[in-house]
This record gives sequence, C-alpha cells and structure tokens, in this order.
Amino acid sequence: MAKQFWCVGWLLVFMAANGGCGGESSEAIGKLVVTGSSTVAPLVAEIAKRFEQHYPHVRIDVQTGGSSRGISDVRRGLADVGMVSRAITSDEADLYGYLIALDGVCVIVHRDNPVRELTDKQIIDIYTGAITNWRAVSGRDTPIVVVNKAEGRSTLEVFLKHFRLASDRIKASVIIGDNQQGIKTVAGNPAAIGYVSIGAAQYEAEHAASIKILPMGGVAGTVENVSSGLFPLVRPLNLITNDEPIELARQFIEFACSDSVRDLVMEQYFVALSR
Amino acid sequence: MLIWGLRACAAVAGSVVLLIVLFLVTESLPVLGHMGWSRFLTDASWHPAGDAAEGTFNLTPIVVGTLATTAGSVMIVVPLGLISAVFCCYYAPPVLARCYRRLIELLAGIPSVVYGFWGLVVLVPLVRRFEPPGPSLLAGVLILTVMILPTIALTAEAAMMNVPRAYLHGAAALGLSKRATLWGVVIPAAKSGVLTGVILGIGRAIGETMAILMVCGNIVQVPTSVFDPVRTLTANIALEMAYAMGDHRSALFVSGLVLMGLIMVLVIVAETISKRESHG
Repeated sequence: MAKQFWCVGWLLVFMAANGGCGGESSEAIGKLVVTGSSTVAPLVAEIAKRFEQHYPHVRIDVQTGGSSRGISDVRRGLADVGMVSRAITSDEADLYGYLIALDGVCVIVHRDNPVRELTDKQIIDIYTGAITNWRAVSGRDTPIVVVNKAEGRSTLEVFLKHFRLASDRIKASVIIGDNQQGIKTVAGNPAAIGYVSIGAAQYEAEHAASIKILPMGGVAGTVENVSSGLFPLVRPLNLITNDEPIELARQFIEFACSDSVRDLVMEQYFVALSR
Repeated sequence: MLIWGLRACAAVAGSVVLLIVLFLVTESLPVLGHMGWSRFLTDASWHPAGDAAEGTFNLTPIVVGTLATTAGSVMIVVPLGLISAVFCCYYAPPVLARCYRRLIELLAGIPSVVYGFWGLVVLVPLVRRFEPPGPSLLAGVLILTVMILPTIALTAEAAMMNVPRAYLHGAAALGLSKRATLWGVVIPAAKSGVLTGVILGIGRAIGETMAILMVCGNIVQVPTSVFDPVRTLTANIALEMAYAMGDHRSALFVSGLVLMGLIMVLVIVAETISKRESHG
C-alpha cells in the first residue's frame, strides 16, 4: 500500500517538473493588469480569455472605471495597459495608443415614438431645452424626457464634442450611468430621448428592448455604417501604455490588434477595423 | 483573557469607524484646502469635471435631495410601521401574524438593486402617468418607503412585545379598553424601542444608493414639486466616482464627508431625544 503511494507521488513530481519546463521554454508567463473604459472592458475581457487559452501561464486582470481611470492608472503605473474609449488628446501624446476597434454613439428613442429622424440642430435644441415638446419635431404632444449621461463618462464627451455643446448647457430630465441603464430608461418611457453606444443599442433593439435607433444626418445607426466611415458619431477604442510596450504587454496588444479576435469584436457589436 | 478578547474586538470596531472618517478627511483635504467650504454652498451649479478653476461644486441641491427623499419616506413609514406592529401584536390571529411577520422579514432581505430594477420598470412608469418625466423625488420616496418599512415595523413590533406583561395586566385590572391600553400604556412604554427603529430606518434611507440611483433621475436641482427629479449624495458618489479624477474625485469625497456628518447629527439628535425621554 505504502509502496503504491510512493509511486504515485513520484509520478506527480515528475509530471509537474516536466510540465513546468515545457511551459517555460516558449510561452509567456506573468500577470497583466488592464484598467479603464467600461465600454472597452467587456471586449478586452473576452480577448484576455482567449489570450489566456493560448498562453495558460498568463493571467490578465481586467478592471473597469472609465477612460479617465485607464489613463491615470497607466500614468501612475497601477496598470500595465489602459483602455480608453475616445481619441487620445494632445495632453496624452506621451502615451502609446493602439486602436483595437470603433464604436458609434447613437441617439435612441422609444419604439412607439413616431419621430423617424432628427436633425443635428433639433437634437441640440432638445438637449439645451429650446425644444421641450415632441410636437415641435412632428411627434406626439408630450413633453420630452431628456436622458443624459453622468459627468465624466466618455459617451457624454463624444456627444458633447460632436454637437459642440458645453456640459452645463444641457437641460436634462434624467441622468444615468451606463449604457444598460440608458437603454432601460428609454425603453420604459415613450417620451424619452437618450444616447448610448451603437453596439449595445443595436443588440438590445434586436433582442426585444423597446427602443429605436435614430439615423444621424441621414445615415442609419448600424455597425456597418460605422465601419464604412459613413456614420458621424464615432469614437475609437484604444489600448494605451505609458512606455513602449515590452514582453507580455506587447504580445497582448499585438494579439488584440490582430485578426484572431475579429469575431470577438463583432460579438460585442463593436466595429472591427478593415486591415 | 476573555475580557481582553472583548476589548480587542471593541477596539477594532471603533477604530474602523475612526479610520474611515480619517480616510474621508484626507481624501477631501486637497479640494477643501485650495477651495474652502464656501464654494460647495455658493457655486452656481454642480459641474465638477475639470479642476477647481473651471468646475462648479454646489452640493446644496444634493443635500436637499438626500434630506427630502429620507424625510418623505420616514413620514410615510413611521405611521405605517406602527400600525403594522400594533396589528401584528394585538389584533391579528396568531397564524396570520406569523405569516405577516415572515413576509415583512422577506421584504427586509430583498437586495436593493432588485428594488431599484422594480422601481425603474414598474414605479417610474406609474409616476409618469400622473406627471412626466417619471423618475422623481416621489418615486425615490416610495421605493425608500418599501425598503425601510421592514426595519421600522420589525423593531416597533419587538419593542411592543417587550412591554412588561404586568403593565398589560394592570391596564386590564383598571378596566381600560383595548384602544386605551394601546395609546396609554403600550405605545408610551415601547417608545424608545420604536425610536431606535426609526433611527435605524433613517440611517438606511440616507445611505441607500442603488435603488435611489435608478429611480430618482439624478438631476442636480432643488425640487419644487414631488415630481421633480433629484440627486442624493449617495447617488452622486456612485454615478461619478468611477470616472472622476483630481478635484472632481476629491469633491466626491466631500460628498461622503457631508453624508457622514448628516448621520452623525442624526445619532446625536437621537441620543438627546432618548435621554430626555428616559429622564422625563
């Protein structure tokens, strides 16, 4: 009995040693911390899962907290890679940015809302309180419920920048946090108007949420129109690093930019880049 | 040995509170240092993105929002909780009382995000039917009412159960009616227990975040009617903390500090009231 036990023991030790050597020779080992935008995080989490399957000795920790957090964490060395869901600004020119996908921001209303299209000016007027009733834009005679994003969210920044608005000019009736809350709020209110990420909106609109995506400047808000460059409200999804990425970080970023994650980008309703 | 163990436990519990306050103070110091308290009261609005120079940091409407949701719900819950406790202790048949108590306990166990989701899907559209936009002070008050009802109803009931039997026997011997016994004997005797429950309820109402965040609309304004959206201190922190940097982040810690201050005031008021009760 005791002899058998020893055999098994030795076998285990032998296997462990063998496995350990095999892993070390060619594969990447280590831990990577990725933080930042809550828009990019689900995509990067999926990419990380696939990366870990390829390299079993790698652990990638993906945390959300907004683009701003991604930038400050990378600057302070708290994260190896940051996720930023907007263009890199001139203040951030010292960072290294890598474009992994595109995302469009679209205006959504309730599915029962008869309004089919709004011009840029009408959207600005609605968000600044110059138009307060749907009747003024050939809708029903009900007050408009303006849904806005909380201060600091990157979707808000993209929206404000596109319409050249200042945050304090917006007269909102509801302020929400993430895309899901925005979709739920608009789906539950026939008089609401809001704006969210196209990826999330198109997915929810196809899966029975009562929302409708409005076209922008005559271009329908679909993933195809974002990738072809027709849709005007687009933001880049970037990975950033503080220094020129080396070893594991470089491998991961190359993997995230490669064609082997194209299907994951599509699955998250983001727009893959044409290479 | 045992006594030292107990002392250590107490020390840990006490120091945790002190450390949290210390943390809040140190995190809010940067912005308090170069801006002072006054800007949190006198600025034009709450647009804290950016640094102290370009942002505006008026917290007053948010404090008003917190107080309004809490006060509104407590005003509804206290009579409701008392009636529920009286019903449970003195009027309901034992079987019904037991079922009812289980239900209330179940209500206490529902996670707040579930309340929030229910509020968003059911309560908000209901409020909107009366008066748009729907997400409003009223929706917040109603959801808090449901959430703190169990706290207050259960503690009030426990307090009534603890009224000495001798008091009841005395009342019966005096030939008092059931109603007179309740008003003249049971409720005064249970008062301090009920008050404790109310304080616990207010504490939960002030600190509630998730449900409030989902149904209140989160607009920073002093409400002029119950149908206006409001933002509470807790919702303010939860909405913006993940995305805040620099002075904005620091200003959110000031929100936390103000919240802590409100709760401290509450505890002090409660202490004084209960002291006066026991002396007078």
